Amino acid sequence: MRALIDLFLTFSKIGTFTFGGGYAMLSLIERTCVEKKRWITHDEMMQITVIAESTPGPIAINCATYVGLKKKGTAGALAATLGVILPSFLIILLISFYLDRFLEIEWAANAFRGIKIAVGILIIDAAVKMIRKMKKDPLSVFILSISFLSVMLINVFALRVSTIVLMLASAGIGLGVYLFKRRKEKEERK
Amino acid sequence: MILLELLIGFLKIGFFSFGGGYGAIPLIRETALSYGWMTEEKLAYMIAVSESTPGPIMVNMATYIGSDKAGVTGAAIATAAVVLPAFLIVIILTAALKELIKKDAARCTLEALTACVTGVILATGVYMALINCADILSAISFDGTATVLTLLLGVFYFGSKKIVKNGVSPIVLICVSGIAGAIVFGV
Repeated sequence: MRALIDLFLTFSKIGTFTFGGGYAMLSLIERTCVEKKRWITHDEMMQITVIAESTPGPIAINCATYVGLKKKGTAGALAATLGVILPSFLIILLISFYLDRFLEIEWAANAFRGIKIAVGILIIDAAVKMIRKMKKDPLSVFILSISFLSVMLINVFALRVSTIVLMLASAGIGLGVYLFKRRKEKEERK
Repeated sequence: MILLELLIGFLKIGFFSFGGGYGAIPLIRETALSYGWMTEEKLAYMIAVSESTPGPIMVNMATYIGSDKAGVTGAAIATAAVVLPAFLIVIILTAALKELIKKDAARCTLEALTACVTGVILATGVYMALINCADILSAISFDGTATVLTLLLGVFYFGSKKIVKNGVSPIVLICVSGIAGAIVFGV
């Protein structure tokens, strides 16, 4: 029980003090769980980061669940995950009760018109960072361009096409091209 | 029924959002707009609030939309739904995934998926920046003040990366843009 409470409290501390989403949280999780508490090793942390990046969902949740699971099984996973969620859940709940009333104040509404501009810039910045990290082979550049154009068209003409379709198609193309190349290589070897 | 809509909507978001919090924004936006949960306007405010408060962006947005639509119950359901896929994947699949992600086939599939998500995020950001400046479909309502402010803030944010390492933080940009907005749109 004490281990569960420790997991819960440690992760709620991590959840309270990281601004800016999952990636900011990773360094704090590393410092706390690897260096201070020694719950997992550095290698495990690297591995779980890769898995978190290749699976859906919030990255911080993947990490919290993994550390909790490793330490105390499913109950531990639950304690750590609840811990990392709870602080932001409570903060946002509080904000959600007041944001609408806040926006009725004229200067606040004007400030938020400015902030709306910042949001667009931040999302573009997130994409630019991903482009820098990305492997730039012809297939990736092609998929990126097609996805960009499709989503622009979907937005401008308010089409009801889900980006999930684009994602599934891209994953299919990636796998298809790989299988095709491998078959060709095998044939050439014969 | 709104609770069921929130549950299904956010399960879908939790299951298909690759690439961290920003990867989820296009999907949350699309889902919220198609269910009619929120206007484009309020969604942008919510992204700013999620970015300036602690915690994963996806969880923050789920809590907010859930609370806005159906109070505390809605917030709890939406939040649980958005984290459930990630939670279950780690509990059930970690051992298998450790082997799977080493495989070339998985790597190629993920690379293609990442390229797609990157394009989707870029388009969402560009579109959200553009609709501040002009209503694209009608192409008549052009907002000069917003356009100038967009350019100035863009130069400020991306330019700061040339001067300081990593540039100014998102929270600084949000504060600066809020103050600028209050002044520019107030007069």
